[in-house]
Amino acid sequence: MRIAKLLVERAGPLTTVQDAGRVGWARYGVPRSGPIDRLSFDAAHAALGNSPGGAALEVAAGGLVLRCVEGEVGFALTGAAAVAVSEDSAGGAWQCGAIRPGMRLSIRGAVGGNWGYLAFAGRLKADAWLGSVATHALSGLGGGHVRPGQELTVETAALEDEGRHLPRPVSAPSSFQARVVLGPQDRFFSREAIERLLGKSFGVTMAMDRMGMVVLGPDLTPERVDMPSEPAVRGSLQVDGSGRVTVLLSDHQTTGGYPKIATVIAPDVDALAQLSPGTAFRLVEVSPEAAVRIAREDHTRRERYLAGLRRADALAERLASFNLISGMVSGTDEDVVASGGGQTVTV
Amino acid sequence: MGDRALLVQLGDAIAPEIHDRVIALDAALAARPPRGLRALIPAYATLLVEFDPLETDFSQLSAAVEAAIQSAARNARAPAEHLVSVCYDPKVASDLATVASLTGLAADEVARQHWSATYRVYMYGFAPGYAYLGGVAPEIQLPRKPAAVRGMPTGSILIAGPQCLVTALEMPTGWWAIGQSRDLIFDGSSDQPFQLQPGDLVRFRPVGLDAFRAAAG
Repeated sequence: MRIAKLLVERAGPLTTVQDAGRVGWARYGVPRSGPIDRLSFDAAHAALGNSPGGAALEVAAGGLVLRCVEGEVGFALTGAAAVAVSEDSAGGAWQCGAIRPGMRLSIRGAVGGNWGYLAFAGRLKADAWLGSVATHALSGLGGGHVRPGQELTVETAALEDEGRHLPRPVSAPSSFQARVVLGPQDRFFSREAIERLLGKSFGVTMAMDRMGMVVLGPDLTPERVDMPSEPAVRGSLQVDGSGRVTVLLSDHQTTGGYPKIATVIAPDVDALAQLSPGTAFRLVEVSPEAAVRIAREDHTRRERYLAGLRRADALAERLASFNLISGMVSGTDEDVVASGGGQTVTV
Repeated sequence: MGDRALLVQLGDAIAPEIHDRVIALDAALAARPPRGLRALIPAYATLLVEFDPLETDFSQLSAAVEAAIQSAARNARAPAEHLVSVCYDPKVASDLATVASLTGLAADEVARQHWSATYRVYMYGFAPGYAYLGGVAPEIQLPRKPAAVRGMPTGSILIAGPQCLVTALEMPTGWWAIGQSRDLIFDGSSDQPFQLQPGDLVRFRPVGLDAFRAAAG
């Protein structure tokens, strides 16, 4: 078996191993975990021809530096991060490449967003807990945090074309809107608060981790908070007694005692979580029935996009497949990453 | 909730008779899962029903839940009972003395009040493996501390208000630690680390410091 080993030289505190998530344990207080941006994560595996849902690294603002110490292996970097291979100082987002002994992968995080994904061609070894290597960041259970000095092993390591650019999904229009279904505890809020929720704009703050992101917006202070704890979902907009609004993400607590005014639908949660601090967005109401319809359309669009990445052997074939996908553009048009990180968000 | 979950509300309070209905519905749906069902998460007065929007929708799932509510009442099962050993020695029960002075009881009496009650497992939450038990005697009910305390050891028996919690991971908490147990800790290696099911009953059995330390290995 071909093996590649990579030494972690530097790793930001939010660098974790993730897979598609830990399913079936939420009734015991165990959140699903898994990647914050699931489409970028899936795209990294698809681009390498890996089977979907395997282990990859999630990289946040702190970045990640790896040095290959044995074997050789292909990689794909997607999401909000940029990679430089050894002395190639240009660095780009959404690309595949390969590293060999002595070469260094330097990944800059939070480039045009918050969460990036690094997958390897092959199988990244990681500790499983309850059938999944997804890291629950608070406890460290699962594959765990990636730490400096640690050695990562990729089994059945395969190579990949050097410097291949990946087409990225474009789901964010210039002014971002996230669709929500009201409730389930909208009865705890005044009619005026609901109007402000849907009529005013919100801003992303620096307060974000794998459990959730705090957003700033109009006053949504609940009229009362005396509810028995109820289950929450990824995308729940939880409002505490002081009016602080948190969008719950992959590692969210499975139950909570604060009312949830609305739920961001699954197709929009990940793009919302990729908005950089300071970015403004609005919430738009959809009916539960429309939410299901949107989820089905979104699934079809994602599958087409991922299928296009998987059989991207030849450029011509790739371009042909892009034409089937509305709203997708080639990463080659915009893979230049601003060094100052002040670029507007494209997720 | 959103595009893939339905929250079934069966009441608005923490009460055994409401929770009985949550557990009965949970069992009925688990026994005959409707098409597209992905997860069931019981809480005090609500049951979260997660589904795959590619396989079902709100109207189909609501109909299945309505039917299950009708059949659930006929299928109530007897809850399982668990006996959990607890050491109430002040050496491992960091807040026992404070709880005693705040309630005006002797430390032994706080412990006796705690282990002589029967508790109901209402739900899990806060962190993996944290089971919320209801049934703390009124004599030892206290509001939670004004601020959370770090470093509370895993296996701590915590109380706040009518609630009791056995901690499964080390997390900051504002609850009162009145004992420790080795029985419900998990280390991440087991395939089914969660012994308590929502709806089960729990009783506590006092053990001395030597027995507790022997069990700790």
